[in-house]
Amino acid sequence: MNVSLSMLLLIAACAAVTIVPRVLPFLIIRNLKLPVLAMRWLSYIPICILTALVVSNVLGENGPLSFDWEVIAIMIPTILFALWTKSLLLTVVIGVVLMAALRFFIG
Amino acid sequence: MADVHASIGAEENNEMNFRQGVRDCIPTLLGYISIGIAAGVIGIAAGLSALEVVLLAVLVYAGSAQFIFAALVLEGSPAAAIILTIFIVNLRHFLMSATLAPHFTQYSVWQNIGSGILLTDETFGVASVKTQQKQGMTASWMNGLNVTAYICWIISCAVGAIFGNWIADPEALGLDFALTSMFIALLVLQLDAVESTKIKHYIRLILCIVILMIGFSFFVSSHMAVLLATILGATIGVVTEK
Repeated sequence: MNVSLSMLLLIAACAAVTIVPRVLPFLIIRNLKLPVLAMRWLSYIPICILTALVVSNVLGENGPLSFDWEVIAIMIPTILFALWTKSLLLTVVIGVVLMAALRFFIG
Repeated sequence: MADVHASIGAEENNEMNFRQGVRDCIPTLLGYISIGIAAGVIGIAAGLSALEVVLLAVLVYAGSAQFIFAALVLEGSPAAAIILTIFIVNLRHFLMSATLAPHFTQYSVWQNIGSGILLTDETFGVASVKTQQKQGMTASWMNGLNVTAYICWIISCAVGAIFGNWIADPEALGLDFALTSMFIALLVLQLDAVESTKIKHYIRLILCIVILMIGFSFFVSSHMAVLLATILGATIGVVTEK
């Protein structure tokens, strides 16, 4: 249970580069009224970024055009379930249960 | 916290208080717990000490960045390469912070720093659904959401680091899919709050992003692809809206 000085400095540097992008917009926008066009652009960010994150989980790690078929197979019922229940908690639970079941039966 | 807000004259929405923030965080906790334990296990496997794993969770507080940190340390990558990679991986938070920041302009600088510093994919997702549903955003709600997630993450990473060798394969339990299904549910909740006249526009935009992501995957890492597809996608969204 020890931390070397070089590792501590490395972790601190990584903390700094993650904190800046998180905090900077809060400090800039606080002192600046954004134009309407910028606000409209920002209103698209949640749907765009969530879609991109879902797709990045579907794309496999073996180069371009590789897909994680396990994820795609479970994703479809999970999307339908989310549309039906509109519940974050139930969707997470059903997704995990379905994935566990798939892996149990396929091995 | 409520006193501080009252003193600066901010309007406190009764239903959007600290406790409600904690409650709204609960559906995401399974994701934090499973990924946090995995991050702890992988950190130890890469040769980090348990204390270093916990320090990463406390100071860097980002799942994907912590995984990559462990992988790069294991490879013996130079410090500069590690720092640059972590920066790129987390650059998407800039867009998330910029999206939420306009809702916090009435609060103090320190509150804004606090809301930003603890922002994650998950807390952003939950908060942006709230703003999309036109529910008033309050700082104490955001604190409840953020602090719950932060504490849960640190504990999960610590558990992974300390007990990692005894925890059976988390993938067999489907726990890695918690993150994907959470993003799916947040996306569906976002769409549900969109006005019905605009829904076709948003569906087309989602198809655009899927194509962009597949296209970018030929040229850049998945983290860069997320960043570029989001920036380009939001621009397409503005340009093509009627």
